[in-house]
Amino acid sequence: MSTDTAHSDDTAHGEAHHSDEHWSDLKYVQLALVLAGITAIEVALSYMVDDLGALFLPLLLILMVIKFFSVVLFFMHLKFDSRLFGLLFYTGLGLAVAVYIAALLTFEFFSP
Amino acid sequence: MADIAVHDAVDAHGAGHHTSTGLSNNKLAMWLFLGSECLLFGGLISTYMLYRGRHSAASGPDQYWDIPFTSASSFVLLMSSLTMVLAVTAAKRGDDRATNVWLTMTATLGSLFVAGQVYEFTTFYREGLGYTTSLFSSSFYTLTGFHGVHVSVGVIMLLATVGMILKRRIPGDKAEVVELVGLYWHFVDIVWILIFTLVYLIPA
Repeated sequence: MSTDTAHSDDTAHGEAHHSDEHWSDLKYVQLALVLAGITAIEVALSYMVDDLGALFLPLLLILMVIKFFSVVLFFMHLKFDSRLFGLLFYTGLGLAVAVYIAALLTFEFFSP
Repeated sequence: MADIAVHDAVDAHGAGHHTSTGLSNNKLAMWLFLGSECLLFGGLISTYMLYRGRHSAASGPDQYWDIPFTSASSFVLLMSSLTMVLAVTAAKRGDDRATNVWLTMTATLGSLFVAGQVYEFTTFYREGLGYTTSLFSSSFYTLTGFHGVHVSVGVIMLLATVGMILKRRIPGDKAEVVELVGLYWHFVDIVWILIFTLVYLIPA
């Protein structure tokens, strides 16, 4: 009993301390400006489809993924929070990506 | 009793509530909900990707998209994520006034985004792109419409939270309530990050 209680207290305090490792307001503003900059680059790229050729799609997708995970990790605090929260979210996300890529492959979406 | 390990989730004010994981059950539920929402939007985005080429020659995406306008809308939603995270940090400091200011700003930016979407839909409709015009238009309106409804629900949640803080009607941990609304709001933003690139920026 006492061991369990001590362990659970440690866990609770550990999680509370862990989730307090948030950024300052200034850092959030800086990240938002970086994300706005990336959005501007994305829009600029969309006007250079012919110039970029085969590089266009990978570049755009990489920028999209950077923006996506920046918001998830920092604005949603997943980087600082319990791993269990991440497990729940990434399970849903991974399942969605896997299922729908399989569906798109079935309909030959990626075929030229 | 000896076998039952009861964990205390400690909130910002030091008050604990019993959970079996040592984590907030409310936050666990919200993350589980957001994980399931990935499947919903994954389905809608995949359907759009499959059908985006299914239209007549004169009614494809390139004839309708207004990239500068949609980029401005995206910027507005991105900035609303910033104001939301500032509301969460203010709530964790226990600063009710700043929390309400940032929440109200987030709701305003969210409303601006929805207004932009209504304008965009109206323009497309007047130009001949109805819901049943083609498989492309149906999948486009369904995807972006579902997202718009999520933003609208988020705005209602934000304004309700402001009202509850003002009337001191939030039981328990106020900061956690603001954080939960924030998680939902940021999720709406990340979905738009995907939609903006996959639907608007990549040519059909």
